[in-house]
Amino acid sequence: MGTAYDILETCKPPRAVFLDYPLGNTSGRPFAPDEQYAITRTAVEALAGINKPGTILPLNYVWSDDETWKAEAAVADTGDKRQPRDLTPRYQFEEDRIAAERLSA
Amino acid sequence: MPMGPVEYIPPAIERYVLLGYDPYRYYQGTEPPPWTPLNKPLSESRLGVIATAGTYVKGQAAFFYKDDHSYRAIPKSTSVEDLRFSHVTEHYLGSARQDPNSAFPIDPLRRLESDGVVAEVAEDLFSCMGGVYSQRKIRDELAPALAAEFTRQEVDAVLLVPM
Repeated sequence: MGTAYDILETCKPPRAVFLDYPLGNTSGRPFAPDEQYAITRTAVEALAGINKPGTILPLNYVWSDDETWKAEAAVADTGDKRQPRDLTPRYQFEEDRIAAERLSA
Repeated sequence: MPMGPVEYIPPAIERYVLLGYDPYRYYQGTEPPPWTPLNKPLSESRLGVIATAGTYVKGQAAFFYKDDHSYRAIPKSTSVEDLRFSHVTEHYLGSARQDPNSAFPIDPLRRLESDGVVAEVAEDLFSCMGGVYSQRKIRDELAPALAAEFTRQEVDAVLLVPM
């Protein structure tokens, strides 16, 4: 499954389903369990249902009628506030770091 | 008229240059995709899973951002409340950090199993972090390690969930 059509086309997985949602929502929007289930089920069923290598099956979901997100995602210099590229584990929460260090001690 | 799919590859390459990094070289498949037909009904199949949004379980080490090509085994029984994410492109983690099932569909997969769509999901789901510079590390180290895990699990098919 995937939300980046050009990357799916370039990487050439044997079979794929394409969801036209922003990156980070590969299996559906947050707190939408029925939608997440339907999307994941379609992707899993495509393992048996797609018979032509390289097929990318588009899924019929629309993130929003307002497509501003697409214009923003296509701009090179916004939204990238990444932390330094080093060997420090980047925990989501400080309590995760404490828990991991306690378990590895 | 609706816009077509977003192109991610050209702006990502441009963004890396603007940030002062080396150009990001996306993998480009030059051969037709490998093909293995599913040789039994899905309802009799064991499903393996690899997701690339940097999922870890509270208590496990998080991913680091310099070419981390390690992976985590996420037990199928893990509570959604204990799932976390670390990924070099943190700005894409907004949904997953609200509801992990947006990028790591563990509840939908458990439901596919209980509904009998698949015979079972393997006991461990795997996760790694995308955005790694080194194709060599992925091709020669991560991919073979994951393939060995899936062979050990005796899965019939694998679902790839990229971020």
